[in-house]
Amino acid sequence: MSEPAAAPERLTKKMLKADHPTWCPGCGDFAVLASFFNVVQKLGIPHEKIVCVAGIGCSSRFPYFVNTHGIHFIHGRAVPLATGISLSRPDLHVFVFGGDGDGYSIGGNHLNHAARKNVNLSYVIMDNFVYGLTKNQTSPTTPIGRKSKTDPRGAIDQPINPMSQLVASGATFIARTHAAQVKHMNEMFERAILHPGFAVVETLSECTMFYPGAFDDGNPRKGGKFDLVDEKTQDMESNLAALELAELEAPGKFGVFLEKQRPTKNEGERAWIADAQAKAADLSEKDLLRQRFAAMR
Amino acid sequence: MSITPSPTRDEQCESLRNAVIRFAGHSQDGIQSIGAFLAQLAGTTAQDVMTYMTIPSTISGGPSIFQVHLGSGKVLHPGDEADTLVAFYQDSYDNHLKSLRDGGICFYDSDNVEEVKDERGIIHIGVPFTTATIEAIGGTAKSRGKNLFVLGVLCSVYQLDREKLFAIVAKKFGGKSEDILRNAQLAFDAGAAWPVHDIEHMPFVPGENSAEKRLSTDGNTMLSLGLIAGGCRFGAGYPITPWSTIMEMLRVELPKYGGMFIQVEDELAAVSMAIGAAYSGHLAITGSSGPGLSLKSEAIGYATMAELPLIVCNIQRGGPSTGLPTSVEQSDLLQAIYGSHGDSPRVVLAPRDVEDCFYTAIEACRIAREYSTPVIILSDQAIATRIEAFEEPDLEKHWREPTLDLNERGADFKPYPLDAITQHSAPGSRSSEGKYPVVTGLEHDEWGHPSANPKMHADMTAKRRNKLVKLANSLPSPDFYGDEQGELLFVGWGSTYGPIKEATDRLRAEGHKVGSLHLRHVHPLRNGLDQIFDHYTHILVPEMNDEGPYGHGQLATLLRSVTCNPAIQSVNKVEGITFRVRELISAAEKLMAQG
Ligand SMILES: Cc1ncc(C[n+]2csc(CCOP(=O)(O)OP(=O)(O)O)c2C)c(N)n1
Ligand code: SF4
Ligand SMILES: [Mg+2]
Repeated sequence: MSEPAAAPERLTKKMLKADHPTWCPGCGDFAVLASFFNVVQKLGIPHEKIVCVAGIGCSSRFPYFVNTHGIHFIHGRAVPLATGISLSRPDLHVFVFGGDGDGYSIGGNHLNHAARKNVNLSYVIMDNFVYGLTKNQTSPTTPIGRKSKTDPRGAIDQPINPMSQLVASGATFIARTHAAQVKHMNEMFERAILHPGFAVVETLSECTMFYPGAFDDGNPRKGGKFDLVDEKTQDMESNLAALELAELEAPGKFGVFLEKQRPTKNEGERAWIADAQAKAADLSEKDLLRQRFAAMR
Repeated sequence: MSITPSPTRDEQCESLRNAVIRFAGHSQDGIQSIGAFLAQLAGTTAQDVMTYMTIPSTISGGPSIFQVHLGSGKVLHPGDEADTLVAFYQDSYDNHLKSLRDGGICFYDSDNVEEVKDERGIIHIGVPFTTATIEAIGGTAKSRGKNLFVLGVLCSVYQLDREKLFAIVAKKFGGKSEDILRNAQLAFDAGAAWPVHDIEHMPFVPGENSAEKRLSTDGNTMLSLGLIAGGCRFGAGYPITPWSTIMEMLRVELPKYGGMFIQVEDELAAVSMAIGAAYSGHLAITGSSGPGLSLKSEAIGYATMAELPLIVCNIQRGGPSTGLPTSVEQSDLLQAIYGSHGDSPRVVLAPRDVEDCFYTAIEACRIAREYSTPVIILSDQAIATRIEAFEEPDLEKHWREPTLDLNERGADFKPYPLDAITQHSAPGSRSSEGKYPVVTGLEHDEWGHPSANPKMHADMTAKRRNKLVKLANSLPSPDFYGDEQGELLFVGWGSTYGPIKEATDRLRAEGHKVGSLHLRHVHPLRNGLDQIFDHYTHILVPEMNDEGPYGHGQLATLLRSVTCNPAIQSVNKVEGITFRVRELISAAEKLMAQG
């Protein structure tokens, strides 16, 4: 995201709150919502320029709980929808929210392409390693052996490694955080929003209903280890270094895995428009079309 | 009802004010370009023209034809039978000789073709296309340039305007190297100078149309330009034949107008991205051909539910599945009208010819905006690829400025009012109350809050349906032609327009009382069709789709269910090619013979 312009008004939490979330008590997504409120207030983005986009899932209900422009789309397609918003309206700040099923399974291929295109938007994935809304089926990140309604004998398919997938697809900003680590989550969201281009934050967010304790190993209060990426020693622009982080055993490390600059899709398309319009010089749009007709005589 | 082609030959195209020339060769021979050059010449010299081509789905090597119908009146169809056949190979000769009328002329490449004697009075003229071209250009040319040699031959036989014709060729090759242009000229001149002794040269008489502002181009081009004139500035798509040329053209054209067209990873992304641009306040377009439309169906249903304007083009080809990717069919009508889960009303329009693609696109833009709803434009492979000549559109009359409404919304703003048509507040619009809407695919109340209230679902379903009812009430009378009552009424949609109109003319000339009605708005249908139908004994719906288990084509099925009129019959064709006029005439005669 580019540097936000000075806000005409200071957003308050009250202004940002909408319907009370329908999530189960204790669901990790509450913390993600609170963190989003904090960061948006801090960054001072004009209220009407914020757009929250989501597909389908418990986590994808997010836009209803935020009082900003929002769109609740179909399962798996939030990212291409948000791409359409970002490319056609460079004045907006586009946020996508969703789950592991929505983003890594049904919408998995869109993730690759948004990353390679480097579309200017921020994407928070609330990964709970399970399908919450449809009530406990195996998800693309469910660990091997974990029992679910569709794998009563335990999952047998290798889970996706979203971090290495994103590296391979050419993503320019990838971070990993934990919904129980509020300060860290705030920091990751803020950096993602400020990143020019496609920024993904993989956020481990516990489904207390169907997969309680899934991320205790990354939570010091539950006896786990919250191990941070050391950015002083890490080469932040290296795909290989990012892949090494991505391949660590659970609970792995948290923080920014990769952060580099590459022209965004938005810039590429705008440059084309600028060139094409410069060539058209002072012709009105109608005359441009008449010129096209003349070539067909 | 199936078709029995009548054995009698066509009477049309006798005079040289009207000529059908068929080129049969392989796709690498450049026969499309000769066809296109002739078509362009026709456009610039006040001839009317319609072309018809088949392209193999393999890139090179497959058999390919291009047919040009030149005429000095209004040419409505590509021509049932050819007056002249140009055959490049033995297989082209063997397969297409039957498309030539009795007494027609067949030019064939005597380097490749063994002539077969026939009884139909066909004049055979062997010309060594291949060796004569090599001789003209020089040894390295191999078989390239043959097409221009042939163009030269035709130019002299029909006494076409040689200078104008070569100027068109030169324009095409202009950007390329000197050598290419020189070789083109050599091949063309050699053809024009080739002594063709066996026939009288036949001057082609120019027609009366004013040539000044006439365009000649194909349907996909006019559809693309119509979308621009209608105010569409954003879009996304994924390549598929025969839709791809629209996305290629919009990709290049839209940036000039400050817009963009994005090639994306698949059709699901394409429709989603277009909906994203629509949600952002722009008029946006996506499109595809058959299989791609199926992939977009879930999201089109979303656009209905969320009440977002959206243009979806579907350039029909032969189906189901990958089917006949480069042939024509009209078998996506019911998919276009009903293809989504749930009750998901949307508007479906169909252009009738190349020129009409432009105006249909503008109409689609108008409806999508005014009714905040998805509109599908159903074109087909025939219209998409053939070239026609017509008057340049008057932009003063038809241009629609693109709009982006970011006005502040007041306290009374509701995203989904039950008593008015939804006009979204796009992101960037401020809300005076500080309350921002969520656009949603969940059933919702007037404020966009998810609602499972039974009455709310019924009311909102009615609201979405009533948009179509309102539109139907406002539609102009459909395009009507011929006798206002009588023995038979043709009802058509899409590219059957030309053959239907010609069939109507010929049947009336034989003394039959026949009318024809052509529907641009295929869904919703205009009110009152039943009353019109009552004036005829028979209603015949020609459609390039299958009659299905109940014996009626897709539009006929719809019309029967809407009007309960048992006189509605269909004549169906699924051979991947358009109707011949005589097929429609014989189907009509058969029905009328029943009394
Ligand atoms: C096309 C389609 N297929 C399936 C569904 C059903 N569905 C809704 S949410 C969901 C999975 C959601 O899982 P995830 O994205 O991980 O979200 P969570 O609920 O866990 O936050 C599924 C399969 C749907 N809505 N649409
Ligand atoms: S089911 Fe799981 S993911 Fe969904 S709201 Fe409940 S706790 Fe959260
Ligand atoms: Mg999940």
